[in-house]
Amino acid sequence: MLKLLKHVGVYVIMIKKTISVPEKWGPFKKQLLLELSKVGLNSIGIVLFISFFVGGVVSIQTALNLQSPLLPKYLVGLASRDSLILEFSPTMISLILAGKVGSSIASEIGSMRVSEQIDALEIMGVNSASFLILPKIIACLFFFPFLVILSMGIGMLGAWIGALSVNITTVDFLYGLKYEFISFYITYAIIKTLFFAFIVSSISAYFGYYAQGGAISVGKSSTEAVVYSSVFILVFNFILTKLILT
Amino acid sequence: MIEIKGIEKSFDDNHVLKNVSFTFEKGKTNLIIGESGSGKTTLLKILVGLHKKDQGTILFNGEDINKMSNKEIRRFRQEIGMLFQGAALYDYLTVEENIMFPLNMFTNKTHREKLQRVNSCLKRVNLEGKNDLMPSELSGGMKKRVAIARAIVMEPKYLFCDEPNSGLDPKTAILIDNLIQEITVEYNITTIVNTHDMNSVIQIGDNIAFIHRGEMWWKGNKENLFRSNNKELSNFVFASKLFKRLKQSS
Repeated sequence: MLKLLKHVGVYVIMIKKTISVPEKWGPFKKQLLLELSKVGLNSIGIVLFISFFVGGVVSIQTALNLQSPLLPKYLVGLASRDSLILEFSPTMISLILAGKVGSSIASEIGSMRVSEQIDALEIMGVNSASFLILPKIIACLFFFPFLVILSMGIGMLGAWIGALSVNITTVDFLYGLKYEFISFYITYAIIKTLFFAFIVSSISAYFGYYAQGGAISVGKSSTEAVVYSSVFILVFNFILTKLILT
Repeated sequence: MIEIKGIEKSFDDNHVLKNVSFTFEKGKTNLIIGESGSGKTTLLKILVGLHKKDQGTILFNGEDINKMSNKEIRRFRQEIGMLFQGAALYDYLTVEENIMFPLNMFTNKTHREKLQRVNSCLKRVNLEGKNDLMPSELSGGMKKRVAIARAIVMEPKYLFCDEPNSGLDPKTAILIDNLIQEITVEYNITTIVNTHDMNSVIQIGDNIAFIHRGEMWWKGNKENLFRSNNKELSNFVFASKLFKRLKQSS
């Protein structure tokens, strides 16, 4: 318990140190662009690939489970839409990004810690937390929602292809997709994603920033970053769903 | 000049530094020597502000760093250059960008002015024209020289070097030692080198502090090192047969 409280305290101190006005905007902007490219652009491929196939599988499984003649065929489109918007795209994509982006953030910052690059920044008088972590947090906050919206779109494309493969017509699928659409669900998904983006970037940065020792420690911090980010995503998913939807 | 008085430091129950006092002189290469685990790295980290001391005073040119405001500390940090054991170059930046980094962060110079300064530093460490290489393309000695160039680019008043020769062959080690000494005299700065390389001690030891088990055991220079009767110092410095013979012949 004492250890957990210590972690929470150190995490809060790190966040306080991170969220500060950059000392110089030029180098900060350069760092931010680098992170936007690393966090966002490099993740588009995996998000598109996973979303397309999961979307397809969701619609096929829904179709196979709704084979009663009493149930309208457009339910496949409706169920796929709600599954993708409410849960798959914001939560599952964030969990996948926790693995990809989170481990990358922790290992990058951890390597800089053990090779004394962070000490070098501190000695120069640079706020290392703000310089290294803030651009990563901003990049995640900016790109995660974009990736999630992209995932929703591509997921629905996959769902449509999946639906066609189980003899659901395009007309039925599109009718279900538009049926009683609640636009607030998108807002809800974006709010969740912003929380998850902050969780992944800040928790991963925390484990990297306080890595000690050598290569083994960097590997350990990378694993811990993914595990704790995933745990907190699931816990916050529950809390936010309860707060926003009920 | 840096004066330290009564420095104490403990990590939990481990009393690492015990009442350490010393004066690091300006324009001289000041060496902190001692066995591994003697507390010399802790002392160096306290001096550059990476560790906090438990007790004692540190005066940089008479100014007590503990009494400075945050703004003054930030300004003061720009007067410090540090050469790390592993060079600590930023992997994702080229040699030029690494050296230019402090200029980008703390000055309002134009790109041309910054480039001129970077090139003059590269020339000083005999690495002219290596601007576009990445740290991964450099040898150990070249990395150290780039790190020295980065350390002096802001024209610091204090240069700290943590085991500058570790992992280098004897010839390159001498080259780095000479470079550190030349820069110290040329810029008239206070240089503090943390080392357990006896070649460095004999080569550049203008002012030496020997730390043993966290205590200041001996103070002197390379000339009176050979005449000292301090047993612990002799055991440390003249551990190898070669140095024993050298002492006997002197």
